[in-house]
Amino acid sequence: MPSLTDLVLEGRSIPQHRPWPRVAVDTSIWEFAAGELAHGRWSLLGLWGEPSTVHMAILDQQAAAVAVVSLDCPDRRYPSVSQRHPPAMRLERTIRDLFGLSPEGLPDGRPWLDHNRWGVRFPLGARIDALTQTAPYRFLPVEGEDMHQIAVGPVHAGIIEPGHFRFTASGETVVRLEQRLGYTHKGTEGLMTGASLERAVRLAGRVSGDSTVAYAYAFSKAAEAALDLTVPDRASWLRALLAELERLANHFGDIGAICNDASFALINAHCGVLRESILRAAHSAFGHRLMRDIIVPGGVTRNLDKAGKATIRTTLDNIRLRFPELVELYDNTASLQDRTVDTGIVKPQLAKRYAAGGYIGRASGRSFDTRRTLAYAPYDNLRFEVPVLNEGDVNARVWIRVREVEQSIALIDQILERLPDGALGTHAGDRREAREGMAIVEGFRGDVLVWLRLRDGVVERCHLRDPSWFQWPLLEAAIENNIVADFPLCNKSFNCSYSGQDI
Amino acid sequence: MLLVLLLAPLLTGFVRKVKARLLRRQGASIFQPYRDLLRLLRKEVVLAENASWLFRVTPYVTFAAIWVAAALVPTFATGLLFNWTADLIAIVALLGSARFFLALAGMDVGTSFGGIGSSREVMIAALAEPAMLLIVFCMALVAGSTQLSTVANFMASSYVGLRVSLGMAVIALIMVALAENARIPVDNPATHLELTMVHEAMVLEYSGRHLAMIEFGAFLKLLLYVSLIACVFLPWKIAVFGTGALSYAVGAAAYIVKLAAAGFFLALFETATAKMRVFRVPQFLGAALMLGLLGTLLLFVSRSF
Repeated sequence: MPSLTDLVLEGRSIPQHRPWPRVAVDTSIWEFAAGELAHGRWSLLGLWGEPSTVHMAILDQQAAAVAVVSLDCPDRRYPSVSQRHPPAMRLERTIRDLFGLSPEGLPDGRPWLDHNRWGVRFPLGARIDALTQTAPYRFLPVEGEDMHQIAVGPVHAGIIEPGHFRFTASGETVVRLEQRLGYTHKGTEGLMTGASLERAVRLAGRVSGDSTVAYAYAFSKAAEAALDLTVPDRASWLRALLAELERLANHFGDIGAICNDASFALINAHCGVLRESILRAAHSAFGHRLMRDIIVPGGVTRNLDKAGKATIRTTLDNIRLRFPELVELYDNTASLQDRTVDTGIVKPQLAKRYAAGGYIGRASGRSFDTRRTLAYAPYDNLRFEVPVLNEGDVNARVWIRVREVEQSIALIDQILERLPDGALGTHAGDRREAREGMAIVEGFRGDVLVWLRLRDGVVERCHLRDPSWFQWPLLEAAIENNIVADFPLCNKSFNCSYSGQDI
Repeated sequence: MLLVLLLAPLLTGFVRKVKARLLRRQGASIFQPYRDLLRLLRKEVVLAENASWLFRVTPYVTFAAIWVAAALVPTFATGLLFNWTADLIAIVALLGSARFFLALAGMDVGTSFGGIGSSREVMIAALAEPAMLLIVFCMALVAGSTQLSTVANFMASSYVGLRVSLGMAVIALIMVALAENARIPVDNPATHLELTMVHEAMVLEYSGRHLAMIEFGAFLKLLLYVSLIACVFLPWKIAVFGTGALSYAVGAAAYIVKLAAAGFFLALFETATAKMRVFRVPQFLGAALMLGLLGTLLLFVSRSF
């Protein structure tokens, strides 16, 4: 069995790509890689395009190795990965929408992000005029008697992002769910092209509002990798502190919201208080509740003073006092457990196949956490555990979050205690030639991947891959054979990003 | 009749306020439901293009039916104006027809949510109504009448001691009341998730004065059930027809206290429970049905239960 290293040796290496190797390959190696993905030996980390190239990031989890294979396609077509490995399906449809590169053999010919509202087709590729008339989007057919369809969204009751869900149900049981996303497409990757690093990192921080730290972190790391910058210790530790605070705030919000969707508002109210306390501590320590625009390439823009440190410590002490009671309440409320246990199961094989990151993968037995598997500073110096469960139901996803909250609190303790002194950043320098960088950072949802190429001091091309790309399809699988009324609960336990997916 | 009309929104407002306070929220004023009704009455009605006359008539029909039913339940005094016209079975029938029209209207516009709501509501009703009737039989066997005033008078008298069958009936009645009023754990009146709604999904297409009528009907229904439980099972201080003004005043005060206590316990229960899966509801109501049946059966076996 060839390893990822052998694959890298087969292709033509691109020397300016850091920190993992990137190789240009021919069609046969590309297809071989797709076959290995389909066999489950490797996992797909990302698939993205350029006007006449497609790139595929691959992870070999046993060897903790990552590589990018690139295929030139001057005739605007390439062999489809998803005909063998379905997780690539939406990514390939997106590449076709944005660049006009057609995947040969792709089973699904429908557009994904392009709803024919942009006034132009292939906005990052040939930019040709939009079609005056398009065929209506056809949802997948369902056969059988007594089926009825329920269309939900894209506008929902309540304050959530837009997305359309098409249920086919037999009575109350869901036979098939099909998602249609792309309503919040912002054209971030198009805006990135030609942007300076300062502007680009701000754009990255606005891809998905709840993961603004993770995105700025991943973008900055990719830029630093491209430019060979070393981040001062203090800045690197402060970044981890920001990331853990973001994780805490979001996990509290999620745990509360999941209980609220089972109509148990009590835990939601208490979790709301805890989340708010984190946000307020972040505001007083870093000047922004969601800690936006603090991480930049080279370092961080704000220091943490003594008062800020004390505020965070007090907040954590309060949480340590209150959170265990909430966990106990969750565990002891039979009516709530009745809703979450055995609801919306994601099978471990499926989580592995889709390389689902974050709590979704870890609740279904996939032990993958970027902070551990592809450890980066300062996490290689910190003690923490990666909780893994095998049940894969809503309850397991709640428990993974609970355990991660505990780990994050312990991590913040260590960071505050051992925070080194020193500078907050290094200057980016002035490099004109083409440099490429890639970074994977663990956001609260899972692994955020950023790949970029810099030239003449500006971003030439940048791709941001949200963990939700590989989590949304699993929601379709998880809801099958559950009842329609349990969908909100399953959906909340996934809490996938619409905005991050729609880029 | 006017009293129930005036008190009904207050009870709902009170329950909401208590729930908010239990979650450590400030909560809206307990008079907010009145303001909501006024606001809805002033708003224009948005009708679906394919709405039939049934859709437009239903809010008034359901409201009228529930109002009449509510007026038949003694609140603080027995011997009501319309007492002779109808008994408990008529009340059940009135509520049933109100629901029948609402379920039809839910399906009328042809949206998928209306259909889901109607089908769930009818599934709940199919189990709640027989349970309710059995409870009525149980009480009728004890009191010897289905006239509510007579029942209340009998219950208030000293002939009735502690009875197992009545205990079963009160538990069953509370369960039915929770289901009928779309409260947690059967339905969540405060949810925004369209896929989990039962009652709310059915009335999703209504707006303006139509919605005001339906909301008002729901407030009245809650008051009706609380009054029913209070008058049959907690008839203390209820004024008997023909006694003096003082006993009326005492009865009224006791009634307000009973309402407040019931509202408080409802809010407490709702805060401490999660909603159950839709398919658990038949089991829940099946239990109510069995309790009603057992209560009636025990009365047949021996008069002393």
